[in-house]
Amino acid sequence: MADATTDLALKATGITKRYPGVTALDGVDFELRRGEVHVLFGENGAGKSTLIQVISGAQHSDEGTIEMRGEPVHLGTVTAARNHGISAVFQEFSLAPALTVEDNLVLGAEPGRLGMLDKRAVRRMARERLDQFGFDLDPKALVSSLSRAEQQMVEIAKAFRPELAVLILDEPTASLTDHESERLFELVNDARTRGVGIIYVTHRMAEIRRLADRVTVLRDGKLVTTVPGHTSNDELITLMTGRVVEHLYPTLPPAPAADAVVALSATGLSTADGQVVGVDFTVRAGEIVGFAGLVGSGKSSAARACFGLERLSAGRVEVQGVNRTGGSPSRMLRDGVVYLPSDRKKEGLFLQRSLRESVTLPWLGTSAMSRGPWLRRREERAAAGQMLTHMELSPADPERAAAAYSGGNQQKGLLGRALMGDCSVYLLDEPTVGVDAGARVAIYDQIVKLAEKGYAVVVISSDLPEILNLTHRAYVFAQGRVSAELAGDQINEKTVLRHMMHWDDTTGSDAA
Amino acid sequence: MSQATITEPTAPAAGSRNGAGTFLAKAFVRIGVLPILLVGALIIFTLMSDNFLTTSNLVSALRQNSYIVIATLAQFVVLLSGGFDLSIGSITALVSVTTATAMAGQHGSPAAAIAVGILVGLLTGLVCGLVNALGVAALKLNPFIITLATASVFQGIALRVTSGVPVYGMPKEFSANFGFKNIFGLGVPVWIAIIVAIALWVFMSRTRAGRHIYAVGSNPHAAKLSGVRDWRVLTLAYCSAGVLTAMGSVLLTARIETGEANIGSALPLQTIAAAVIGGVSLRGGTGSVVNAILGAIFIGLVVNGMDLAQITSYYQMIVLGVVLVIAVTADRLRQRVAAAVLAGKV
Repeated sequence: MADATTDLALKATGITKRYPGVTALDGVDFELRRGEVHVLFGENGAGKSTLIQVISGAQHSDEGTIEMRGEPVHLGTVTAARNHGISAVFQEFSLAPALTVEDNLVLGAEPGRLGMLDKRAVRRMARERLDQFGFDLDPKALVSSLSRAEQQMVEIAKAFRPELAVLILDEPTASLTDHESERLFELVNDARTRGVGIIYVTHRMAEIRRLADRVTVLRDGKLVTTVPGHTSNDELITLMTGRVVEHLYPTLPPAPAADAVVALSATGLSTADGQVVGVDFTVRAGEIVGFAGLVGSGKSSAARACFGLERLSAGRVEVQGVNRTGGSPSRMLRDGVVYLPSDRKKEGLFLQRSLRESVTLPWLGTSAMSRGPWLRRREERAAAGQMLTHMELSPADPERAAAAYSGGNQQKGLLGRALMGDCSVYLLDEPTVGVDAGARVAIYDQIVKLAEKGYAVVVISSDLPEILNLTHRAYVFAQGRVSAELAGDQINEKTVLRHMMHWDDTTGSDAA
Repeated sequence: MSQATITEPTAPAAGSRNGAGTFLAKAFVRIGVLPILLVGALIIFTLMSDNFLTTSNLVSALRQNSYIVIATLAQFVVLLSGGFDLSIGSITALVSVTTATAMAGQHGSPAAAIAVGILVGLLTGLVCGLVNALGVAALKLNPFIITLATASVFQGIALRVTSGVPVYGMPKEFSANFGFKNIFGLGVPVWIAIIVAIALWVFMSRTRAGRHIYAVGSNPHAAKLSGVRDWRVLTLAYCSAGVLTAMGSVLLTARIETGEANIGSALPLQTIAAAVIGGVSLRGGTGSVVNAILGAIFIGLVVNGMDLAQITSYYQMIVLGVVLVIAVTADRLRQRVAAAVLAGKV
């Protein structure tokens, strides 16, 4: 490792970036060795995104220099950065949704002959790229028809180019299942042994344990320190927040008695699109129930079907013992069932409108916010402001456009929205996706508080530790069915994983 | 490229480098394209015609404008919900025909005939709106296609009913009261446009239904998930547009004293242009009543000014198309400047 210090892939010195009213980065120094995974760690708004945007050429810094191979470089545009061998995979995808996977993979460097596209070469190149990753994707599929996780795979396959020197990954596993993440980790390790310097932004401790050679911690746009990858979780969180966070996961309240009221139940639930097949589940008052499973396993569709977002082909849904099969979202909301979507931009927020309008919309019909058809605008503003303060959004300004908030703040706002109503059943789909450890603790606390108040909570999560540490009971989904119902000690990594993969194993041979 | 050029702190310099430019850029971003266009149009037409900047012309321009304003407000509601209404011109024609026919067929007192005629006109607008809503909200078809199709249907019905001949025989009192009468120096249509505008502004900003229209236009998925029934909201939007269009058409019919199947053909372009120039997003969810009205007044002034300058209607069509492109381009430029101001680069 001694010679590694002289073998830098990239060195940034005194990077400063100001926005009106905010200094996003304040004289940050950062160095990346060849063949290392360097994790950027910090709360939402700490400056991680700005730093990787400067390095990838997507933003200009106001001050500071970037050197590669001992020479200063000017990374004015993404193309310039790419020509220096810097590739980035952001959370926001840069794919053309109306084109196929293969067209996207060769975009900008299409093989051709006499100005005509060489379709066969395109297919071969795309196939090679996908095979290299072991991604099971149809090269001819339209990107718009892919799930978020699949689009993420395409994005990653696009970023790994032969002349790669610096690879930037911004929360690459946020929408991948553990299974898919595994494959990504192998690729990252591969790139590392080939001498690529990797900047890896993540909020997940397990990934730091797994991959990090070094960790650079940022707080409020300033460099806190750079520490070795084996630094303990507690220490990292202390460095990140500047305060000691005792435990990531709070203590669960005792599980409700077996004869407690069933708040939500589904029997023989099947959706018209075949994503859910004959699923049974119950959620009791005061209980936190986990839905685990791979992407596309039906864990999310099952909850969405209960909430009236998917068409049912069979089955029965009961809320507090009353038949509500096929109820619309507005019916479910009035019955006290609320659903927090996993894709906050697509299904949660009205991006160009104020955040206030996003958070109050489901509750405008309540007497607190309207009288007959008339809005009580003062009360609405007050309720929104109160919630943002309660959820510790920064800035807690309800009139700011929803799009102007960072991802973590948007997520906190949406969770706050779910909490604002007078609901008794909470369906939370990936409640901590793209959220930093500090906000996670806050979100977990809120979830536990809901159970303590006697509400029923469903946590749908691709993040296994959440299922393990945060639920009384868990349903494991595989191929649209419930493959196991686990409680207490049965909810452990091995058992959950085994049931998650169960259906995969039996059909794996013909899938390949 | 030397290292010094990169390390040079540019941020403090940016503030002092070009103070006037920064101010202009910020003013441009704040007020938008519209006031600049309005002032420009006023200057040009004042120079081109002595009659433009006179009280009598402005009063009459205001009355002419009121038809475009009401139609633009109809278009505005549909645009906010994330759609289009290309059938606005045909609804205007059909309503004019049904209003005049119903009124001419009455043999009782003029007041009763007028009341029946107006009611039939407004009902026609409502039914047209319902047909559009059926396509957009129930059949979930693209509003562009649906209203393009219904535009043809409504126009066809209007022409079939009248065989293209104007409908005469409405009571004189109708035109006297709704077409030519002035109250406190302003025409009745102007007052009605003002009342409609205020009512719509209150509706959009103070009621749940208004908020729901913004929400569905901004993000239909998120709206559905928040318990908003989008088919109800879309039905409301298209029906409101139908009724508003009908109000404009009734007033116009009073002014021209006949039921005409050939009026309104320029309205789809004019209303969409007015709304877009007024900053209403074609993707739905953004826009204010006041700006839409200013956009309509601008279009109205351009038409009036060109009339006075004796520019023929063929040239007027060319000019309107060009103005629309200029306005949208300028607005795009404004958004880019806004982004630059936000990023602290100007």
